[in-house]
Amino acid sequence: MKNSLIALTFALGLTVHSEDWNQFRGPHGNGVSTDKNLPTTLQDDNLKWSIALPGRGLSGALVLGDHVIVTCSSGPTQSRLHVLALNAKDGSVAWHRQFWATGRTMCHDKTSVAAPTSCSDGKNIYAVFSSNDVICLDRAGNLQWLRGLTADYANVSNSLGMSSSPVVTGDTLVVQVENDSESYTLGLNKTNGLNRWRLDRPKAANWTSPVLLKSGLVALQSKTGIDAIRTEDGSNAWSYEDGASTIPSSAVLNGVLYIPSHGITALKLNDADAANTPKQLWQSGRLQPGTASPIVIGNKVFTTNRAGVLSSGNTKTGERGWQLRLKGPFSATPVAAGDYLYFVNEAGLMQIVDTTAEEGEITGKLDLGEQVLGSPAVGSGALYVRSNSKLYKVAK
Amino acid sequence: MKLLFAFLSTATICFTGEAASVSDSIKTIRSVGPEGQGNTAAAKAWKSLAQANAAALPEILRAMKDSSPLSANWLRAAVDTIADRGGKLPQQALLDFIADQKQEPRARRLAFELIQKSNPKLADKLIPGLINDPSVELRRDAVAHVLEAGTAKQTSKQTQAAVKDFRKALDAARDIDQIQAATTALRQLNQKVDLPRHFGFLMHWNVIGPFDNTERKGFATVFPPEKKIDLSATYEGKAGKVKWTEFITADEYGMVDINKAYPGPGDGLKEVTAFAYTEYTAASTGPAQLRLGCKNAWKIWHNGQLVFSRDEYHRGIRIDQYQLDINLTKGRNTFLVKLCQNEQQQSWTKQWQFQLRVCDATGTAVLAADRPPTPETGTDNSGNNPTPGRRPRN
Repeated sequence: MKNSLIALTFALGLTVHSEDWNQFRGPHGNGVSTDKNLPTTLQDDNLKWSIALPGRGLSGALVLGDHVIVTCSSGPTQSRLHVLALNAKDGSVAWHRQFWATGRTMCHDKTSVAAPTSCSDGKNIYAVFSSNDVICLDRAGNLQWLRGLTADYANVSNSLGMSSSPVVTGDTLVVQVENDSESYTLGLNKTNGLNRWRLDRPKAANWTSPVLLKSGLVALQSKTGIDAIRTEDGSNAWSYEDGASTIPSSAVLNGVLYIPSHGITALKLNDADAANTPKQLWQSGRLQPGTASPIVIGNKVFTTNRAGVLSSGNTKTGERGWQLRLKGPFSATPVAAGDYLYFVNEAGLMQIVDTTAEEGEITGKLDLGEQVLGSPAVGSGALYVRSNSKLYKVAK
Repeated sequence: MKLLFAFLSTATICFTGEAASVSDSIKTIRSVGPEGQGNTAAAKAWKSLAQANAAALPEILRAMKDSSPLSANWLRAAVDTIADRGGKLPQQALLDFIADQKQEPRARRLAFELIQKSNPKLADKLIPGLINDPSVELRRDAVAHVLEAGTAKQTSKQTQAAVKDFRKALDAARDIDQIQAATTALRQLNQKVDLPRHFGFLMHWNVIGPFDNTERKGFATVFPPEKKIDLSATYEGKAGKVKWTEFITADEYGMVDINKAYPGPGDGLKEVTAFAYTEYTAASTGPAQLRLGCKNAWKIWHNGQLVFSRDEYHRGIRIDQYQLDINLTKGRNTFLVKLCQNEQQQSWTKQWQFQLRVCDATGTAVLAADRPPTPETGTDNSGNNPTPGRRPRN
């Protein structure tokens, strides 16, 4: 497991610090952390600190060295955008930058303008908001560039809110702003924000995030399926055209892409950037993800349905194994470390699941007492969970 | 003396050097264009600008006036960075800037927040005087204060004084939550509130439809009302002849419910298009905003010119969802709204409606010179007509 993760890290050409949680679902984009020091049980004293945030949000945090990066939106129409760096040790503010939304800020009451999780290449932070403001700051909070994609493309918006989290690979920042009207995915030059390419995408609301398949190749998910895009020029490498969910995103591990499509569909990726669709390994309608994205540990793929039932599946066959009823519902995608899965339900109840137990076992619970919709971040033995008003640090 | 002269000269050069740098940097940043044009130069300029000392803050704030929203954000980030570094704020210059209502409203709010952070008591003293400020963000705190005062008076049974406070809060409020809070409080005290007038919603319309929108093609189809407005004309609609009828809404939030004009079977007509037209007499020529709430696909024309269009269906509706800049012409102005309903059958796709108001950039209603009285509930078409909401034109 460890070896394969290290190999994958090199294969992806990542330059971030090994412990950095640098994007939605972490350094590998699949929710899996190599951290060995996370708690496996939970008591009240595992809550190390919580600090008030200046606005709402369901974006996940980043952990970059000693800083935890969080985005928020505030004001009666959420038109004030915030990017904060907090000191991981005590939650104090290292720096705080604010911006005015340049695009529409309307969204469903449950979500917020600070919905997409930021990403980082280790040098800079790329923050994206539902208003389609894209802001690049260095790790000291110095502005490098910004874009207002709704200012450029007036009908790029979703009245329910946008939530796709960006990824950065090579020289390109990939921003998926797909919606019912003017629907695009953009490849932005990460050094100045200029368009490298802009793809017309299916005209349909889409809340999924791009998945980095290998350095320079991302999977864009939409209602039509998956398009693998070369980030250098936006060209298509291959497509899977059997449809896919527009809410939970795909996950990749050990060269297999697990797509929320007809339950879960597993594709064995080609080693090369070949212009042919990867081989389909299996498809299982018995593994149905709800809002949370699937996650893989070793030879098991896990999905959580809308009723809060965690299902395990065999990564080689798709055969469903044990199921465990958790206290849901869940919007936040769980994270994994070692053999454990870490969940936070919408009411703010953290639950840890030992996946090696015969039928799966809940080994710890901690009630944060607030609505949580964003996926946790992991760094240096700690989980960072954000609500609409606070950021929590949970550790041994 | 020579030494003093030398010192002053050096100081002036340093100051002048910094001022020139600040000015040049601002100029570069104000030049950023669409699709990231100018970003590289702006980044270099920003790096220099962010090194300026706190004395430069008023100049940077002033530069936000008439700058693009993107440039304003670049400048804002410089202000935040300079202020975070510490150093003595130019308090009086910032106060003067806040007091200058010709400056960019959001920049004035930013200056206020700098004062608030460094001298909270001084900021608190400013708040009551901001009740009618052109900056919506600045007046919000003042309105909140008056609402609190009104609530305290209401609790202590000082009814007339409470009414006065709530009325003052309502008159000043521009944010929906505060408007609703003041309205609720006033109504609890048996006071009348004319919300459509406060917002400037357009309540009197002429409607025509249904035209076709099968497979959502009606959005792009040019129907006769898009070519010419003739309220006496009859056209071929989706299911027969259609003609204009008067439609008056008494909805507090100006909702024009087309389903009332053209009720269909079950949850209403599907795959249809309708038009709503109204005229508005402006007291003067000048900039204004059309603010639209709509969850159907729509197009809107002002004086025959397409202002904006959007082909999104059933993702939500909110007051002021879309804010569209227009220039009113003194005298007669026309507004035409095209409203498309799609094929979806879910319960949340029943709505076929919009709400439209005319206001200035702060959200203050710009009322038509000939605005009719607000229809009272039950006096609009929906209360006493077999075809709710609709009355044939004579």
